[in-house]
Amino acid sequence: MTAPRDKLGRPVVVVTGMGIMTSLGAGKADNWAKLVAGESGIRTITRFPVDGLKTTMAGTVDFVSVDPFSSTALSERMAELVTQEALEQSGIGAKADFPGPLFLAVAPVEVEWPQRRELGRAVGQQDITYDDLLRISGGGKYSAYHHRFMFGSVAAYLAETFGTKGSPISLSTACASGATSIQLGVEAIRRGETDAALCVATDGTVNPEAMVRFSLLSALSTQNDPPQAASRPFSKNRDGFVMAEGAGALVLESYEAATARGAKILGVIAGCGELTDSFHRTRSSPDGKPIIGCMNKTLADAGMTPDQIDHINAHGTATPENDKMEYNTTSAVFGELLRKIPVTSNKSMVGHTISAAGAVEAIFSLLTLEHQRIPPTINYDTPDPTILFDVVGNKARDARVTAVMSNSFGFGGQNASLILTREPA
Amino acid sequence: MTDTSVSKPGQTEVWITGIGLATSLGEGLDANWAALQEKRINVDEKGFAPYIVHPLMPVSFDSQIPKKGDQRQMEAWQRIGTYAAGLALDSAGIKGNKDILSKIDMVVAAGGGERDLNVDTGILTAEAKGANAPGFLNERLMSDLRPTLFLAQLSNLLAGNIAIVHGLGGTSRTFMGEEVAGADAARIALARIASGESDIALVGGSHNGERKDLLVLYEFGDFNLKDKFAPVWARKDHPGFALGSAGAFLVLESKAHAEARGAKPFAKLSSVVADLAKRKQPGDMAATLEKLWTQLPKRDGKGAIISGATGAEPATSEERNFLKNHAEFPVRSTGTMFGHAMETQFPLGIALAALSISRGALFPPHDSTGTEIEMQGAPTQIVVVGAGHWRGEGMALVEAV
Repeated sequence: MTAPRDKLGRPVVVVTGMGIMTSLGAGKADNWAKLVAGESGIRTITRFPVDGLKTTMAGTVDFVSVDPFSSTALSERMAELVTQEALEQSGIGAKADFPGPLFLAVAPVEVEWPQRRELGRAVGQQDITYDDLLRISGGGKYSAYHHRFMFGSVAAYLAETFGTKGSPISLSTACASGATSIQLGVEAIRRGETDAALCVATDGTVNPEAMVRFSLLSALSTQNDPPQAASRPFSKNRDGFVMAEGAGALVLESYEAATARGAKILGVIAGCGELTDSFHRTRSSPDGKPIIGCMNKTLADAGMTPDQIDHINAHGTATPENDKMEYNTTSAVFGELLRKIPVTSNKSMVGHTISAAGAVEAIFSLLTLEHQRIPPTINYDTPDPTILFDVVGNKARDARVTAVMSNSFGFGGQNASLILTREPA
Repeated sequence: MTDTSVSKPGQTEVWITGIGLATSLGEGLDANWAALQEKRINVDEKGFAPYIVHPLMPVSFDSQIPKKGDQRQMEAWQRIGTYAAGLALDSAGIKGNKDILSKIDMVVAAGGGERDLNVDTGILTAEAKGANAPGFLNERLMSDLRPTLFLAQLSNLLAGNIAIVHGLGGTSRTFMGEEVAGADAARIALARIASGESDIALVGGSHNGERKDLLVLYEFGDFNLKDKFAPVWARKDHPGFALGSAGAFLVLESKAHAEARGAKPFAKLSSVVADLAKRKQPGDMAATLEKLWTQLPKRDGKGAIISGATGAEPATSEERNFLKNHAEFPVRSTGTMFGHAMETQFPLGIALAALSISRGALFPPHDSTGTEIEMQGAPTQIVVVGAGHWRGEGMALVEAV
């Protein structure tokens, strides 16, 4: 068998359990079947009225219900379900006794409109100020809302439910959050603090204000009809991303601990990297240096060279700027090799799961390694002639895949990359 | 499991080489230290009455955030943090040092979500007056929200603004989760430097306590201090926290990295530990604090405790019970002096511990209950305690170099 330590002498970190949920469905089997079949989970929003919105579709998870509804409650429930799936597959620990820390990527939590409106109604007068809201907020009637809208509430719930150890970390690196949760787990295992880590990412924030916020930044696609055709990564007629919900959970373990307990190894987190862009709040530095540096750092962390990467799971949001920047930076890193590397964007089908995307796409990358089959980028009918990726357009492609790079880029100059392999290098 | 004590073999010593403070007591180390010596507390009992807050002592943001355009892109909590982060970089002597700033690792503890109160109440008022078309909320939000407000609400955009304004190009992670997020930020940064993953890090947080939307959130749980200010330990029969505005940032650095550039330490950060007590039974939280206390490296120097107790119950009584077991340690409460700055309270506690050690004295007590006692001589070991008002417990050991 392979050495339990990597080229840099650190413990090799492997994946022994995965759970996933997207607008395509619940669980790995359902998601994978629909993903390689090129199905879209994007649909017209029915959860709330869409009158007055420029974008009326999203990749909502409508088959999970929570009561009372809030985006945070949905995020929590999805996180719980994917964690159950991951733990079941991994077989690690005992019920409610996970032997390691929790790293949770979660959307920033805030009081939401249904609750704010409930307060407004309770004020019982026509002119409402925040002083009026304050006057009626206390006394215990709304104490559940305090707990619900604490930033740490989802992590606290998961930590108690699954018995993770220590202080659970809730994190946000915007659209790179899922990748960051994995990176934190990898680092904790490499430092020898723990043999296992639970890395979870969840986002259930398709709500009116979130849609409006992204709309006002002109980030969302407005190709509402048909909704399935809205997300067009790498296409000339792409016009923005499609908001989506979903969650992913990964059980990470040191190779040594996993093999000692006879666990099935699903893949290896061979490398992680991140690099901050200080150019602009929402735009990448025009020279792409931070993204290029991020990919190079990740290769170095994995002890690999560009020729060892044989598939790229792109961030591929389908915003005009992201896809162009992603191509330019990726080609700077991979050069001539890039022509032979198949590239795909899962977001063409599941939309952009924001805080969850990095973990959702890492799981899809690991499933790609397992099945030796690359899911398609759908809606790829009019390729952007300036983006010369070998896009796996519209139909899944069988391929020999040994190492995948998965990229995530977010507002606030957040860049994070992962390299996933089947076997320890 | 969460022990990041650096007493393990092969781990490097981590120094605190920069501190940036912008608080209700003033900006910079001298102003804050002077106010502490004079037992000066800055509370506003009228502006948010009946609620009490500790407002930010006005600062000239231009000196750390020179571009007005940058200031306009932020809400107050981000301006406070970006300002304090700049002070920390100045304090460490690395402001504008491109070589170092291009690789510095940032771990920020942040809340977010600052609301536009007029938009919220405008919508609620219109609805109370009968607006009930299905798309009413959508239309009003589309027309009333400032497009850039979102960026001023996103938690990770405090780090993003710090990177833009001060030119940081290393890594950037934002932890959320109220008080303990501040402890976890320090814990992870320390672990990364101690293990050699990182050489230097900027760690901290910022909080705007002058927000009615936040008061609503905490009022749901009856956590706000009302009517009359009292020191944290004297609130047992009238519990609650007074939100405080504060930014607190630290530059943490490996000893070797600091020495190579001739930087002097305020103190060393020896250990940060954190946990999540179940808090289902009385005593749960105190037991967790006791467990964390035993996880810290040995204390045989001249010790003290800086507590971030909030004044809210039952957490404050639990913490007081824990402190009673260690009554030989003089205690100071940051909540009394600065108000409760949530995610920022723990970095603030570390900052004051390092400052006290470097200035050779603990700041004076401010308490009528006997929990805080006078201290003679210079402290060499200060334990920072940060227990959340609802969840999460953290502890750090700051020591003289």
